[in-house]
Amino acid sequence: MSFLRFAARRVAEMAATLLAASFVVFGALYLAPGNPAGFLLAGRSASPDALAAINAQYHLDEPFAVRYLSWLGDVVQGDFGRSLTYRTDVSRLLADRLPTTLLLIGMALVVVVVVGLLLGRLSAVRGGATDTAVLVGTAFAVGTPSFVAAVLLQGVFAVQLGWFPSSGAGDGLLDEVRHLTLPAIALALYLIGMLARVTRSAMLEALDSEHVTVARSRGVPERQVIRRHVFRNSLGTVLTTGGLIVSTLLVCTVLVETAFSIGGVGQLLELSTSTKDFPTVQAISLIIVALFMSVNLVVDLLLPLVDPRIALGTRSSSA
Amino acid sequence: MTAVLTRRPGLARLRTARSPLHPLCLGLVGLVTAAALLAPWIVPHDPNAVDLGNALAGPSAAHPLGVDAAGRDTLSRLLLGARTSLLGPLGVVLFSTLAGLAIGMAAAWRGGWLDSVLSRSTELVFAFPGMLLAILVVSVHGEGLLAPVIALSLAYLPYVSRLTRSLVLAERARPYVSAYRVQGHSAPQICLRHVLPNIAPVVLAQSAINFGYALMDLAGLSFLGLGVPALTPDWGRMVFDGQTAVQHGYPLSAVLPCVFIVLTVVAFNVVGERWADRVARRDR
Amino acid sequence: MTPTRTPHALDVQGLRVTLPGTARPVLDGVDLHVAAGETVALVGESGSGKSLTSRGALGLLPPGATVAGRIRVRGHDVLAMKPEQLRALRTDTVAMIFQDPRAALNPMRRIGDFLVESVTLTRTMNRADATARAGELLQAVGLDASALRAYPGQVSGGMLQRVMIAAALMGDPELLLADEPTTALDVTTQAEVVALLAELRARFRTGLLFVTHDLDLAAAISDRVYVMYAGRIAESGPAEALFARPRHPYTAALLASTPRLEAPGGRLAAIGGHPPDLRRELTGCPFAARCPLATELCERQAPEQRTAPGLPDHRAACHHTDRLEGSPVDA
Repeated sequence: MSFLRFAARRVAEMAATLLAASFVVFGALYLAPGNPAGFLLAGRSASPDALAAINAQYHLDEPFAVRYLSWLGDVVQGDFGRSLTYRTDVSRLLADRLPTTLLLIGMALVVVVVVGLLLGRLSAVRGGATDTAVLVGTAFAVGTPSFVAAVLLQGVFAVQLGWFPSSGAGDGLLDEVRHLTLPAIALALYLIGMLARVTRSAMLEALDSEHVTVARSRGVPERQVIRRHVFRNSLGTVLTTGGLIVSTLLVCTVLVETAFSIGGVGQLLELSTSTKDFPTVQAISLIIVALFMSVNLVVDLLLPLVDPRIALGTRSSSA
Repeated sequence: MTAVLTRRPGLARLRTARSPLHPLCLGLVGLVTAAALLAPWIVPHDPNAVDLGNALAGPSAAHPLGVDAAGRDTLSRLLLGARTSLLGPLGVVLFSTLAGLAIGMAAAWRGGWLDSVLSRSTELVFAFPGMLLAILVVSVHGEGLLAPVIALSLAYLPYVSRLTRSLVLAERARPYVSAYRVQGHSAPQICLRHVLPNIAPVVLAQSAINFGYALMDLAGLSFLGLGVPALTPDWGRMVFDGQTAVQHGYPLSAVLPCVFIVLTVVAFNVVGERWADRVARRDR
Repeated sequence: MTPTRTPHALDVQGLRVTLPGTARPVLDGVDLHVAAGETVALVGESGSGKSLTSRGALGLLPPGATVAGRIRVRGHDVLAMKPEQLRALRTDTVAMIFQDPRAALNPMRRIGDFLVESVTLTRTMNRADATARAGELLQAVGLDASALRAYPGQVSGGMLQRVMIAAALMGDPELLLADEPTTALDVTTQAEVVALLAELRARFRTGLLFVTHDLDLAAAISDRVYVMYAGRIAESGPAEALFARPRHPYTAALLASTPRLEAPGGRLAAIGGHPPDLRRELTGCPFAARCPLATELCERQAPEQRTAPGLPDHRAACHHTDRLEGSPVDA
């Protein structure tokens, strides 16, 4: 009913924005100085064969709109074209590297959610010195770029203490987890700080509300008051950061995978950018943007379940 | 409609009021700015003077913070690096603030199709994380400072324009605006002479917060080798240059720029947040 | 200490509460009791300390407050209770109905959840029994048991206040505290809620402390009335006696400032001045600055409670209570 209409509208909106984003990603090619074929071949041997291949792939002899539409048609079918550096299909490259990156992001996400929520909750409920400590700690966490965290963790825990390997992704799940522990922490640090602060302020706001006093006045045990009335009520706000968390994780894999020499999608983005392998950059950019939007969509669809006020329309979801 | 500062959620409603951090951070901001301004006159060595025989030497009288893998003086590179490291974010904040103000004002004042077109584009830009937009531009334009700065300005612009829009909408509803209109003042005149001064503190507080984030993004690009050119002293670039040395057990030349980056970002964030809190409280 | 054989539902003696950063106590020697099954109104302007007094019965005093005196519920000292005992007190002995039901219920949880949470979480009742009782009570307050599944945002304010009342009755309390339960409601709903409270009070035989700033409402519902001013009890007594022959100039002034249907056309007498500032120390009678009868004595010395001739229950803290005779309308 109304929820379905709301969901349909959000999906349509997302599709429109995604279409616009794909246009930006495609059009970026035409910001390059010189003609696209020349740019795409920059620094590489321009054999007539290669030139013909490029022309065919990008439909460079066709009008702009046709070029865009045929590129888009390929992308929708999972065909991102051929990498100019690796001379293989971009989708193959991605498929090889995606599992490592997904594992890394998954590990970081778990750390972010567990530690971030815990710290935020501790800070709001305990107050006093705990609160100050968390505030100062998170001020540093949100001020530390992930590559700085990566280099520092590497220096201390891999090189000096030798507890973890300093680079590579490892073989086999257990070894991979061992290799990815430091990178995951480096990736998570900034977001732990952010999530802890969001949780803290949302919980402080909930703690201020009258219904918390009412619950206490009715003899509800304090732990339950915190769980059922404070933490529960702050979940909606926390959930809205989901899209930002996932997109930050995705983008920062570029830095962390480069720092730890992990052959994942992030490192691929860095390599293809510095070698001007544009089809690969396009593909990864598009995937990151699409994932960010999908997570936001899921969050928007979940919010009415978490916060009945949104489902009832007594509170807008943008609040 | 009330206008609320659109901060990054991580810093929302942070109460630094009684924190001992604030004066410390204010001092740090001053110190780093002074270092950036005075660097050419106070550096002890040529930052690009290579001395391979002395590579990775520890602190000494001649080189108080040691030298890097190419034997270049770390202190000199840090001081001069403050220039590039602050100049980039400054450019981002300047561009995004000016353009954001203009766009936000136009959207709020004219409304209608202009407003909806601008709101839609804002949503589109929000879908691209700043760093990704910068990488996309660099992949087309090649390395250098200008292209990433423009890309990040674009990425940060919606934060400013959205804030400006809501502030101007609130301001436009106030009686003094209609009073000026009745007296025959033109819209641009009212905007520039009366509305702008009223909303400026809030917008500038937002920009101060953006500064720290832009610094992080640009340092990250330099670390990837996609930002400043190879020889320019820059903190992110120094971490990149020193990373191999870290893996061989000589962390100093990479750790020092790391510390500078973190301290500077934290300092700008805390100062900007404090400012934003003040402005928000005064408005109420 | 208490002369009666069965202890009062609520017995407050010499309650003095001081908040940090204030020059005088917010509550200064409050004596008040509610007998079992009795309805007592506590009347005063906002800031007079009436809400604080009623919250005290639940042991809900603001953090940092310094407290002297006694608050006893059924003979048990609330201020000396351990957290465990306090929780038991709040679950099944004393219950409060709050002013704004919209704010008092968590918008994220179902009404049924709200009704049963205090008794189930303290293991006073199992969930099935609690839900059954919640359904019965909803019917007793004139709602359908289907409201259990609804969210607070789906029902009206008046219905929510009925839910609040049902929730207060869940633990079968001996004392109900109603803190301006009708202020946030519209006039017709107000009357319904008051009638409901009176009916339920009689049916469940609970004591009721009704906190309000509305004199007419107090007169309509209560057996006895306490009038509070600046943290002290100005006057107390049986409802009819107090409204017919007020013995404190503040009560008289309040009555004179209430619009009356029986005597239209007369000008309303607003009380000049403001209640005393919490940041200033008080010597003498707190009402002296606004009182038409005030003399130099009132500025100097705080008045004792004096009994009305022939009516031992009717007391007023005024030096000049004898000068205040005649009907309130003339005052």
